Amino acid sequence: MKNLKFLTLAFLSLFCVTSCSDDDDVVPAPVNEEEVITTLIATLTPDGGGTAIVLKTQDLDGDGSDAPVVTVSGAFQANTVYNGVIKLLNETEDPAEDITEEVEDEDDEHQFFYTIGGGFNATTTYTSFDDDGDNLGTTFTLNTGAVSTGTLTFPLRHEPKKPNTGLVDAGGETDIEATFNVAIQ
Amino acid sequence: MRLHIIIFLLISSNITISQNCSYTISGTVIDLHDFTKLENARVSILETNQEVLTNSEGQFMIKDLCKDNYTVEVSHAFCVNKSYKVEVNNNVVKEFQLEHHLEELNEIIIKGKTYSDKIKTNLETKISKDQLDRSSANSLGDVLNTISGVSSLNTGNTIVKPIINGLHSSRVVIMNDGIRMEDQDWGSEHAPNMDINTVDNITVIKGASALQYSGNAIGGIVITETSKTPVKDSLYGKTIVTSATNGRGGTLTSQLTKSFESGWYGKVQGSVKRFGDFTAPDYSLTNSGMFERSLSLRGGINRFSSGFDVSYSLYKVETGILRASHLGGAADQVRAINSGQPLVINDFSYNINAPSQDVTHHLAKIKGFKKFKNLGKLDFQYGFQQNNRLEFDVRRGDDKENPSLDLRLNTHTILLDLDSKISDTADLKLGVTGQYQTNFADPRTGVRRLIPDYDKYNVGIYGILNKQFSNKLLFEIGARFDYTYLDVLKFYRLSFWNSRDYNTIFQDIVIDGDFGNQVLANPKLNFYNPSATTGISYKFKDDYKLLFNYSLASRAPNPSELFSEGLHHSASRIELGDLQFNSETSHKLSLTLQSNKDTFSFTVNPYINFIRDFIIIEPIDVRQTIRGNFQVWEYRQTNAQLLGVDINSAFNLAENLTFNHQFSLVKGQDISRDEALISMPAASTTNAVIYNKKKLNNLYLKLQSDYVFEQNEFPNNNFEVFIPETETMETVDVSTPPSAYHLLSFNSSIDFNMNDKTSLTVGFDVSNIFNSSYQNYLNRLRYYADDLGRNYLINVKINY
Repeated sequence: MKNLKFLTLAFLSLFCVTSCSDDDDVVPAPVNEEEVITTLIATLTPDGGGTAIVLKTQDLDGDGSDAPVVTVSGAFQANTVYNGVIKLLNETEDPAEDITEEVEDEDDEHQFFYTIGGGFNATTTYTSFDDDGDNLGTTFTLNTGAVSTGTLTFPLRHEPKKPNTGLVDAGGETDIEATFNVAIQ
Repeated sequence: MRLHIIIFLLISSNITISQNCSYTISGTVIDLHDFTKLENARVSILETNQEVLTNSEGQFMIKDLCKDNYTVEVSHAFCVNKSYKVEVNNNVVKEFQLEHHLEELNEIIIKGKTYSDKIKTNLETKISKDQLDRSSANSLGDVLNTISGVSSLNTGNTIVKPIINGLHSSRVVIMNDGIRMEDQDWGSEHAPNMDINTVDNITVIKGASALQYSGNAIGGIVITETSKTPVKDSLYGKTIVTSATNGRGGTLTSQLTKSFESGWYGKVQGSVKRFGDFTAPDYSLTNSGMFERSLSLRGGINRFSSGFDVSYSLYKVETGILRASHLGGAADQVRAINSGQPLVINDFSYNINAPSQDVTHHLAKIKGFKKFKNLGKLDFQYGFQQNNRLEFDVRRGDDKENPSLDLRLNTHTILLDLDSKISDTADLKLGVTGQYQTNFADPRTGVRRLIPDYDKYNVGIYGILNKQFSNKLLFEIGARFDYTYLDVLKFYRLSFWNSRDYNTIFQDIVIDGDFGNQVLANPKLNFYNPSATTGISYKFKDDYKLLFNYSLASRAPNPSELFSEGLHHSASRIELGDLQFNSETSHKLSLTLQSNKDTFSFTVNPYINFIRDFIIIEPIDVRQTIRGNFQVWEYRQTNAQLLGVDINSAFNLAENLTFNHQFSLVKGQDISRDEALISMPAASTTNAVIYNKKKLNNLYLKLQSDYVFEQNEFPNNNFEVFIPETETMETVDVSTPPSAYHLLSFNSSIDFNMNDKTSLTVGFDVSNIFNSSYQNYLNRLRYYADDLGRNYLINVKINY
């Protein structure tokens, strides 16, 4: 009798587990990446006025299979000072979230660098700094030289060593890296 | 309880000796159930106060007895003492049989048959309680690593996953005291979530042949067990304290057991393990600390013919991951690999910052057994597990304190087994298992789900028969069938969904709704997995044993292989799964030759494993994103072959002095592509000289050399990436294995008996004596930092 009870109990529990587990299909909430940076827009306005040059890269699917779309609005004038402003957006949200504000809030943990390559004849100077007076780089000036072509890259490093002498000893990890093909006419 | 001690008079020899007091009582003490010879059983004669202990063969002799009636008392660890009248009128030889399923603490018994064989025709390797106590500060993976043929896949030195004969993750099943661990084992940086201080014995079976546990353990099965509680009134416990220099931390573990003669018992155990940043020979490994806590409670009743056991355990671990391994893309990877040392080195700290993991595992279980006279032994188990995994990344803004991954996996498991002796020579095991599992990925992380929400149902049935044809030959055959149903809700990125043509193949499973650039799909997948095993065990020339085993195993793809789709931050790579995968099937042939001579014993175990539709992940591309370039790793199915051999041997050089040798080799080949498989363990050999003198406070001294060869068979997955600063294309060398290395370590321990019930064991160990710098091919952080430097460790154990 006792044996029978034990067996019955064992089998009953088996049924319970398999049948109690019918979960109703509740549609889960989609996750829109909160931290993702989809868009970088660098606007360079000539000192004293004139047509601004807009460099834009946009990657709406983040780390998905689509490559970023890179546009450059035009060529720079030779021997001109440009005031640059970098804006970062997360356009997966509506309205788009301004990530630049986050970077500025955590200015001691971020730094933009400006890498000039391929013979592009220009120099850059930081004009925005963190609370310790170290480079932040959300704004900068670009001084163009003679007619030339090349690349201009804006890497944003998270948690770099500050102060540093440049990308080589900055460390940290790359949050964004946008390369533009640019020209001076 | 029934009688514990039964005396049989087997032989009474008639030797006439003159009428003085020179008679003897001699004989052996053995286990009633399996005839194991019991060492250190106490045999005493009350009238003369003579007392002896049995030797390793269970033998004893008491001399100088007169012709008289004596009271002989026989006892063994935790058995109730019983005395018997023995009439002496010449030399008496007796065999005492103890009913003996009730021991704890005594290492000698652990070497006996307290834990039954899991499989009779395949090699099983055990790790003793003694060795577990010595390794109190280590992880399960570290301890298993000491077995030949078992290596580990590491992320740093605290996240250690076992690899058995070259296979790991979902291909290695861990049975935690009867219940299959469901702790998200699919991830390469997901270590088993259990504390070795909660277990008393570990058995490793290389291969899937133990079908009562699982049919999909293509790599092997790790079985952990707790020892049975003695059936007598007793209160005992154990405390181990370890302290180590590397990581400036240690462990404290303590357990207490109360048992009653009625069979009732209760047990409580707790552990704390804390380490700060570890160090490599040349630098500190910033953010490599860990903090682990565990608690277990157990109670029940243990009788000869029935029993039940209720237990609960909680395991929580916070693990730091090397700060310098957190990267933003391929360009960062180039910098990290080329720098020669970690890019972030800070002062020592106990703090665990991002990147890190915080995992909590609950396991509640009820099990019972009943022995039926004509049927056999029936076992029933129900277990509930909850595994909550949080992974923290280096994040920005409001998300800083939020995990990037928050998965909660709940699993209900039920098992019913019947073990019956159908004849004097044949055993039959039958069983049915059921499992319901549900995964919930918390969307509040603000990061797309790495593993989707799903419900999984599994039912399995099995039968295993073994038949003894003679004393020498045993035959075993078994079969199992598993059915798995997976009901998943997953958001796919539209770009991925379309690029895989899922929009035409799987248009029926799309759930309507506007989710921006994502698609919600509801895959419902069925997997039917047969498995089987057959083998023989043949004993010859007294000391030799030959085992041959064939096993067929089949494994349904895991959620990571099916559903991965996106950036895996901790690996700095994009991982892509495939919804269309089918099960992988393995055919493994394993041969074992064993010899157990006193002076020289060995085990040689060659094997071959053919795996059809083997699922591997490997790099296929470099993807450009706004964050930089990332390597894309894609799962694919192929046909693979693993060929290997494991060798173990022990030579008795002199009294108390042993030389141990281990060697393992595995060669993995992708047959379809004719290239080496990625992440195969390199050949390795371990040699040790051990001095162990029982009479001298069980003094134990061991000097061990570990040599790991360079892995020279690997696929070339290097890729090139453009570095804007230097305007060059740089090769990212993620393939080349590190050089061979040699490590020397020393272990020692000595016992002190404080009084009858209390003993103290003090151990002192040094690992990596020469403080050598090295990297292991199977450590995922080998690109960024060297492995651990020298470590001194003190281990104090008190049994009471």
